[in-house]
Amino acid sequence: MTEQAIDTAERPGGLKRAVQGLLGTPLPRIEGPLKVTGTATYAFEDAPEGTAYLAVVGAPVGAGELTGIDATAAEALPGVLAVIHDDPRMMAGEGNSRAMPSRGTRRIFHVGQPVAAVVAETQAIAREAAALVRVTVDEQAGRYDFAAAPVDDAPDIGFLPPVTKGDLDAAMRNAPVTFDATYSTPAHFPAALEPHATTAWWEGDQLTVRSSNQVIGAAKSTIATALGIAEDKVRVLAPFVGGGFGGKTGVGPEVILAAIAAEKLGRPVKVALPRRDTAYLVHHRSETRQRIRIACDHDGHINAIAHEGVAYQNDDSAFLEPIPFGSIPLYSGNTRVFRTALARVDLPPTGAVRAPGEAIGTFAIECAMDELAEQLGLDPIELRRRNETAYDPTSSKPFSTRRLLDCYAEGARRFGWPECVPDPGTTPEGEWLIGIGMAAALRGNFTVTAAANVRLEPNGRVTVETDMTDIGTGTYTILAQTAGEVLGVDASQVDVRIGDTNYPKSAGSGGSFGAGSACAAAVLACEDVLAELALRMNAAPEELVLKDGCVAAGGREVPLADLARGEPIEGRGKSSPGQQAKRTSQASHGAHFCEVAVNAVTGEVRVRRMLGVFDVGRVLNAKTAANQIVGGMIWGVSYALGEAAITDTRSGRFVNPDFGEYHVAVNADVPQIDVHFIEEIDDAANQVGAKGVGELGISGAGAAVINAIHNATGVRVRNVPATLDTLLAGLPPV
Amino acid sequence: MKTFDYQRADTIEAATHANGRFIAGGTNLLDLMKLQVETPERLVDISRLDLNGIEEREDGGLSIGALVPNSDLAADPRVVEKYEVLSRALLAGASGQLRNKASTGGNLLQRTRCYYFYDTASRCNKRAPGSGCDAIGGFNRILAVLGTSEQCIATHPSDMAVAMRALDATIVTQKADGDKRRISIHDFYRLPGDTPQIETVLDAGELITHVELPAPPAGKQVYRKVRDRASYAFALVSVAGVIEVKDGVVASAALAFGGLGPMPWRNPAVEAAIVGRAPSTEAFEAAADALLADAKGYGSNDFKIPLARRTLIATLRDLTA
Repeated sequence: MTEQAIDTAERPGGLKRAVQGLLGTPLPRIEGPLKVTGTATYAFEDAPEGTAYLAVVGAPVGAGELTGIDATAAEALPGVLAVIHDDPRMMAGEGNSRAMPSRGTRRIFHVGQPVAAVVAETQAIAREAAALVRVTVDEQAGRYDFAAAPVDDAPDIGFLPPVTKGDLDAAMRNAPVTFDATYSTPAHFPAALEPHATTAWWEGDQLTVRSSNQVIGAAKSTIATALGIAEDKVRVLAPFVGGGFGGKTGVGPEVILAAIAAEKLGRPVKVALPRRDTAYLVHHRSETRQRIRIACDHDGHINAIAHEGVAYQNDDSAFLEPIPFGSIPLYSGNTRVFRTALARVDLPPTGAVRAPGEAIGTFAIECAMDELAEQLGLDPIELRRRNETAYDPTSSKPFSTRRLLDCYAEGARRFGWPECVPDPGTTPEGEWLIGIGMAAALRGNFTVTAAANVRLEPNGRVTVETDMTDIGTGTYTILAQTAGEVLGVDASQVDVRIGDTNYPKSAGSGGSFGAGSACAAAVLACEDVLAELALRMNAAPEELVLKDGCVAAGGREVPLADLARGEPIEGRGKSSPGQQAKRTSQASHGAHFCEVAVNAVTGEVRVRRMLGVFDVGRVLNAKTAANQIVGGMIWGVSYALGEAAITDTRSGRFVNPDFGEYHVAVNADVPQIDVHFIEEIDDAANQVGAKGVGELGISGAGAAVINAIHNATGVRVRNVPATLDTLLAGLPPV
Repeated sequence: MKTFDYQRADTIEAATHANGRFIAGGTNLLDLMKLQVETPERLVDISRLDLNGIEEREDGGLSIGALVPNSDLAADPRVVEKYEVLSRALLAGASGQLRNKASTGGNLLQRTRCYYFYDTASRCNKRAPGSGCDAIGGFNRILAVLGTSEQCIATHPSDMAVAMRALDATIVTQKADGDKRRISIHDFYRLPGDTPQIETVLDAGELITHVELPAPPAGKQVYRKVRDRASYAFALVSVAGVIEVKDGVVASAALAFGGLGPMPWRNPAVEAAIVGRAPSTEAFEAAADALLADAKGYGSNDFKIPLARRTLIATLRDLTA
């Protein structure tokens, strides 16, 4: 076992000396053929013999006390097997942000809160019967309107401590130039295409849960706690996951209900949430209000910067959108205020949805910087350059790596950013107004404890095992590349086994920490194998040269299979955060550039091209990393122009909880997107030198679109999405 | 979804006697059944009926079978060449997969996309007559500004039907007693009034068999759809226009609108405002005034009124250029 906290920025020897030339290459996904042939099965596709189907019954109102459940009509429907509503375990969900109320409560925290479940022979019967369960509630007035909800300025929830350095009011009073504006963002659904699906079955006292989940190691603990059983009695499987976007972190109530129902019936039980139910049973991103204040001199040098926001949460959940997260290390300035206030509401829980904090926080700060640049008569890139900083201006720690200036320069060069940006509204093209915009991207880097096994098999092939998930991100492929790189074999010689909690516990997929953490563990596991190979070669590990399935040392070259001598060579690795995370400020960085066309008659916006340059440490796979960034940039287009989950403030219900009216970007909205990396391996980040990628692409992307809309039309959009009605009044007469 | 009986009709007569809801492509009905917005006890599958042809009529027009898929109709060379507004409207709707399944007759009968119609926990006079309307006083961004009532402000979502209305289509039906009717599209839809659940003049069991188009109109044809994203979104405002300019004067005009009312909208006063006049901004503004004279916003859909004005003026400029 090679176990290592990241205390030094020292690259493990095996990776340092590796010569296979595999890691970082744009290798196509190794599981791709399974996906395109439909043989990669997802959670709903597993149907063990005798599977029954479950549907969740939700609370009809958003505030009050549950007074009764009448299941008579549901139970009378042919094909109904059971109605579950009085099992105390269904109300258990400690420590996660999905929609499970605290144990033993009868209080209603939001519309759709699960109060019962129906199990039937078919999914159609289960759903029909769920509609027949009569739920009675002593209804109270609900707080359904974010704009009117009471605000707590010093909330005791959330993980981001407030920052207050210096006297902001004094700085704003005394500065020659000040900026003060308020922005808002709507609620966002995670909106993964694969439904939230789970199949649960028991063999004796052993529970297996096949689920669509991003972080199965944590899910295993949550399920065991909820059911009151030992963790080793629970196995969670998620070999393929069809998108998560944060909505498949945590364990939803339907998972616990399926396990309870499977136990009760002695049959496997399957559930998939209908799309509209995901709005209530899966967390979403809160609406936000954000105020940006900046004080600077006439040359744009920032003296004070404040990013303060308000997000909402219900009384039963502990997550709080960390609104200013991305702003904290971004720009210089001695006086600094960053905080998030809490509005208490009776709405479904809010939680981590693609780049919590940064996705919507960078919209506000990066639009504010664009507005300030205009106010100062400066190029927006130049304003950012003047406020680049050599160390984290909030924590005073050095950056592990930061190539933000290079991202600006390389992005401007590739995009063709002009020396002098045309004035807003001065670039017509037929019926269209053309504009360009840019924004910085920043997403904090985290490394999380992760373990992996790497085994050299007797036939010379290599096996990697860890309970990571691949939510469409490329985990299978980068693990094969990492092990193949260090052990000197082609990716085709590596078998990657993930998505099973019987394998060593990893970080899972979330917070952009999955790839770096899991590959770091694999690199350390390879150290074990290398040590054994060195013994068998009668050489020191640093003398080994591993390439194309052979080990060379001391003038000898031996195939790996021969060294295995008929027995596998086991390696175990575990990487965990250490001193480097405390000593350095770590983040991924980038710069977005965007060109839009706005229809001068209707206000319709078409993004014409986007380009981004990013600093993510080591690029593990140039293709899958770029895919993730492109995906994030598309989400940026999506929230800039369309996405908004609307609450009916009278009822606490969502108005548009389906893909018909919750407008994510579709193919026709997505332009040519170019992604480039400035690669600097970050040995302080983790043993593989990779910083987070997944959530970087969305950070700043929406701001670049909005800034380009301003350049096209002269209209400043401070409330996204920039649907056409927000632009109409500022367009020229027809 | 509620359990239902399924019956396949082999003849038009069998279909009209089956006493159930007709289903062809099912692109709208099945979604609504899954949500229990629609709960038919019996589905009568008409998809095997021989109503798939597009034929030329003696008067130079076309007879379109009710089961012709939207994709096929949009791609028919006669439609592309002579009824461009219809082809463009069809291609502006839904997605490729949906257009492959959706039928001509079914498209005319699409239900509204009103948010509250879809949410069975909300009040909706169209879904549950007499329950009230949560769209009024609620979020109504995509809903109607023309032809509304105190009971309902839903819009009709079709693009195809808007073009059909500009083309003066006729809907041919057959009833259970064997009677055939030819209904002008101008008489086909009903305003919501106090009975928003009744959307057309069709009787129970009456089956649309064909849609007829008169001989191709003279002049230039345009379908302009304004929507929230570049594809797969319903019209906020759409204009189907056919205009002939002769000797510098608008000789004839047919203008129909989507996204504004409970039915594909057409108002002769709009056309009267420009026919006989030389194309000019003044004339176009008069047409917009005529269209929007009675328009009423409900809050979040107020923007549709200026949007419709701007879109109509720009479209008229295109059509007369």
